[in-house]
Amino acid sequence: MALITYREALNQALREELDRDERVFIMGEEVGYFGGAFKVTDGLIAAYGEKRIRDTPISELTIVGAGVGAAMGGLRPVVELMTINFALLAIDQIVNTAAKARYMFGGQTKVPLVIRAPQGGGHQLGAQHSQSLEAYFVHCPGIRVALPATAADAKGMLKYALRQEDPVMFLEHESLYGLKGEVPEDEYLVPFGKANVMREGKDVTIVAYSKTVHDALKAADILENQGTDAEVIDLRTLNPLDIGTVLESVKKTARAVIVYEGWLTGGAGAEVASRIYEAAFDDLDAPIQRVASADVPMPYNRHLEAAALPSPGQIVAAVERIM
Amino acid sequence: MYRLAEDELLEIYRLMTLIRRFEDKVAEMYTRGKITGFCHLYAGEEAIAVGALHGLYDKDYVVSTYREHGHCLAKGASPRVVMAELFGKSTGISKGRGGSMHLFDPVLRFMGGYAIVGGGLPIATGLALSIAYRGDPEVVCCFFGDGALPQGAFHESLNMASLWKLPVIFVCENNFYGMGTLVQNAICQEELYRFADPYKIPGIRVDGMDVIEVYAAVSEAAARAREGKGPSLIEAITYRFRGHSMSDPAEYRSKREERLWQERDPIKRFRTLLTHERRIAPSVLDKIDQEETAVVDDAVKFADESPEPPLSELTKNVYVEE
Repeated sequence: MALITYREALNQALREELDRDERVFIMGEEVGYFGGAFKVTDGLIAAYGEKRIRDTPISELTIVGAGVGAAMGGLRPVVELMTINFALLAIDQIVNTAAKARYMFGGQTKVPLVIRAPQGGGHQLGAQHSQSLEAYFVHCPGIRVALPATAADAKGMLKYALRQEDPVMFLEHESLYGLKGEVPEDEYLVPFGKANVMREGKDVTIVAYSKTVHDALKAADILENQGTDAEVIDLRTLNPLDIGTVLESVKKTARAVIVYEGWLTGGAGAEVASRIYEAAFDDLDAPIQRVASADVPMPYNRHLEAAALPSPGQIVAAVERIM
Repeated sequence: MYRLAEDELLEIYRLMTLIRRFEDKVAEMYTRGKITGFCHLYAGEEAIAVGALHGLYDKDYVVSTYREHGHCLAKGASPRVVMAELFGKSTGISKGRGGSMHLFDPVLRFMGGYAIVGGGLPIATGLALSIAYRGDPEVVCCFFGDGALPQGAFHESLNMASLWKLPVIFVCENNFYGMGTLVQNAICQEELYRFADPYKIPGIRVDGMDVIEVYAAVSEAAARAREGKGPSLIEAITYRFRGHSMSDPAEYRSKREERLWQERDPIKRFRTLLTHERRIAPSVLDKIDQEETAVVDDAVKFADESPEPPLSELTKNVYVEE
């Protein structure tokens, strides 16, 4: 095992797939000579050249649309959107084309396109640069949604994304890029649709994904000191959603808290809660709790921002409400 | 036109006739309730699809809009499977999942009708990128209407395709109306070909009712694209003989205006050219008319008798990996 950052893990995944498959290429704003706004593609243009590492104009709609066209034309594009906030300029091509081309054309084409985008708050970037928009894409059938929480998953899931055949929103968390983690030395893939039980426990199930997995693990440590044994599940992907692992856990603990950084209302966690209620209502001893971002545009002020985001303290409080 | 052999001219006449007969039959079937949903007909604009695609090879790609029956037939699709798609049948060109606006055939390299105005241009740009990436000799022909010009996708795509010298031909079918809105009420520069200038690509306006003029312009643009010199913008002036869709009686247009354009009917005009200048006997053309009428009747019979897609397949093909 090697100890590397989430950012380095993504960079390694891209290098390995660029080496493996000539059809793989990267395009996006500042991915080349700048090395990526968050330095994920650092050094790639020197190693692979302009044909495979392509700087684009600021044209999100056409960057994604051209990615769809190139994928339908037989390539394996990795499109980087500088942040998820700019995906809203491209949402027509994501929702109306990438997610639908296969179905509406009678299964006669495929769109193996990976759209990478950082998201999340916590850096005082204000209302237009702090969003977590996974629910927008989870709502739409036809496109996978992956949100790695660790360096090992960042690498293994990105490599898997480039080997499967469907379009993927690959959502990275800005706060995780510098996070170090153990990554296997040998080649490995992390398939979609398999949740990861990060910590076993018997009293309550905390379901999380992306950065909130780490908040949940911190909350579990606090709860342990209070005598509550929490199980923490990292969903890894929201589409496909591994509800089986969640239900199995809830049947054991009879309590569930769902943690996500998107807004509380209409968030992906609401879908998880519904699935639990539909399939395991009789196993529950208490109502499901959600911990998410406050329903406000993100404020700049750091105290207000911290209050708007989910935190370990809020997760502990949510668990205490139902114990 | 004298560069074209007689058999080519007859093939052009046949395809234009097929499209007209097909669209007239579609209107009839729509009125009879056999075809439903949105349905945008191509009657009047046949010279553009047929002229453009006569200037390209089979291996070249086409990206289209929701008014794409003509493009699809001109690319070589069987009228049977196009009609079956409009009927929503499992034998349709998109297996009954697409309908009138979403025809697709990967073998013919007909890469789809896209029903968001301007939505096909980024796709065409990406397809052209995949061609350039592999160093292949093909080009992409991207059709869209005048209504797409104010869209960001148009400007982003022309910029990107020009910047990267991609092999794509942007063919704007200017029929003067985006639904019911006149071009001059929607676009500050109504000479649409001039939008090529800021993107440093050739821009040309052609008579879209003259199949040979369209053919010549697309041939030239294709040669340029194959030489690695990048995209072109062709504005073809045309007129749709029917409303925006089957639910539009086109009351915003005057009868006089419609009559004036009917007099410029691209098929009648081409027929006159063939009989007068090339001395082709009218009986030869009459025979083609009859044959294409029969082809369309056969397409309707095929569509009508084809099975519906099974309900058990509702969720099939949302993903490759189910």
